[in-house]
Amino acid sequence: MSATVSTHRPAALPRHGLVLARRSLAKTLRNPGSLVNGVITPAIFLVLFVYLFGGSVAGSTDAYLQYLFPGVMVMGAGIAGMLSSGLTINIDMKKGVYDRFRSLPIGRSAPLLGSVLADLVRYVITVLILFAIGFLMGFRVETDAGSAIAASALAIGFGFALSWVMVFLGVLMRDENAVMAVTFIAILPLLLGTSMAAPVETLPDWLRSWAGINPVTHVMDAARALLTGTPVGDAVTWTLAWSAGLVAVFAPLSVWAFNRER
Amino acid sequence: MTEYAFAARGLVKRFGKTTALAGVDLSARPGSVLGVLGPNGAGKTTAIRILATLARPDEGTATVGGHDVVREAARVRRLIGLTGQGSMLDEELTGPANLVLIGRLLDLGKAGATDRAHELLERFELTEAARRPVSTYSGGMKRRLDLAASLVGRPHVVFLDEPSVGLDPGKREELWRMVRELTAEGTTVLLTTQYLEEADALADAITVIDHGRVIADGTPAELKRVVGGQAVSLRPTDPALVPTAALAMERVTGRAPDHPGGHTLTVPVDGDDTAWELARALREADVRVTEFSLHLPSLDEVFFALTGASRKTHEETA
Repeated sequence: MSATVSTHRPAALPRHGLVLARRSLAKTLRNPGSLVNGVITPAIFLVLFVYLFGGSVAGSTDAYLQYLFPGVMVMGAGIAGMLSSGLTINIDMKKGVYDRFRSLPIGRSAPLLGSVLADLVRYVITVLILFAIGFLMGFRVETDAGSAIAASALAIGFGFALSWVMVFLGVLMRDENAVMAVTFIAILPLLLGTSMAAPVETLPDWLRSWAGINPVTHVMDAARALLTGTPVGDAVTWTLAWSAGLVAVFAPLSVWAFNRER
Repeated sequence: MTEYAFAARGLVKRFGKTTALAGVDLSARPGSVLGVLGPNGAGKTTAIRILATLARPDEGTATVGGHDVVREAARVRRLIGLTGQGSMLDEELTGPANLVLIGRLLDLGKAGATDRAHELLERFELTEAARRPVSTYSGGMKRRLDLAASLVGRPHVVFLDEPSVGLDPGKREELWRMVRELTAEGTTVLLTTQYLEEADALADAITVIDHGRVIADGTPAELKRVVGGQAVSLRPTDPALVPTAALAMERVTGRAPDHPGGHTLTVPVDGDDTAWELARALREADVRVTEFSLHLPSLDEVFFALTGASRKTHEETA
């Protein structure tokens, strides 16, 4: 017998997932355009808001940057999570290479796992780049390194959790344009109807009630507290609960949808 | 020891209201080539997808190496290699990266996957393009790499879905040579095609399917006996001489020629001797020709012979 590939080796699914994540990242290196989305939009918001409104909203651009940056960092992780995951897998799945993966003796969800793991690396890069831009503009962490890392981890973790919603939609829907449309419709209220640009108390009633429900507000509040020392309240708890909840619901749904016969 | 490298019995597959397969049997002995011949939409790809565990049959069973493709899909996947109709490659990655990726997924280990990739690149003459992304490859190179990719795991059974589509004649013969090399090593091949010529060149057995049903199967020789073997087609330079040419054709072959369209005349012949005789007869009758060819029946002609009914496309495209 020439096919001496062993039938059972431990941890095959994570191992194959990592191999496929590396493939996805190698493709990103050759075509870094997909990284740009997660960086450009938040960067534009940062520059625009700080220099246009900073003076009038917070008295000085420096003071406003300290308020705005944590929210924008969360936005970056969120946009990266929403824009890339669902779309990447939707486009990838239609390519013949996925049929080849499915004809190989690997776990059925290994390609899905690979795609999501690679995205996780992309969020980390996105957040690092945003930190660099923020630093150049004058943003300073007012707490300590540990809290800053915790804030980034919360943002990335939430982006990862949010990405499972889009992965589910991306796997479920056939048309990539439909995936794009849903993403853009969801992005605006989800990421902007928050405490990002101004404290919720200053928002009109209808928007305040939405921002209060919106989980992204909790993540932004948590990141702001951890980076600039504002009161934390229960923001961190809410963030962790929402992140865990989204993964618990949408990861199994995505795997189910992915393994369906197409 | 299983008698068949793969065997499918009574495969039925429906997509909504359309029936892609309406009870198809396919099988091949180890080390042989089964050619599945049929037009677009006949169900060839669906049959391959079921055997390659990518689709489940609604009815019927299929085994590869004695393992059921539905219940023992994971075992079947260790035995097969698949090259689909379209490219199954990562266009952004290089050729070696594509092959190493598959090797890693097959748990060959880093060194093992790299060695196997280079071995295949050499065999398929792709070493020179090793540093370029696949998107810059020519159609023929992509096809070779696709075939190489399906061989990384040294599969016992290889499925090739219309492998020669889009290849020019020279490249097609190169592909045929590679398929023959595979079977010489004991690999079993299922190959779908729209060309009797290709099935005749490669296959030990041919199954003809149409509208999801098997309408004929047998060895190429048996099939040609049914569909009439070779034919001569010719076109007189002077349209006025068509009747003269037709007369000469009938005299030599004993059969009245067909007019598939234009001023072309086609008549079945028993072998190339008859063709030369026919050429001489035309020469003597002073009929000059712009075209004169000896060929195997086209798919349309095969269907004409097998079903006794001309397909609509026949008149339209001829």
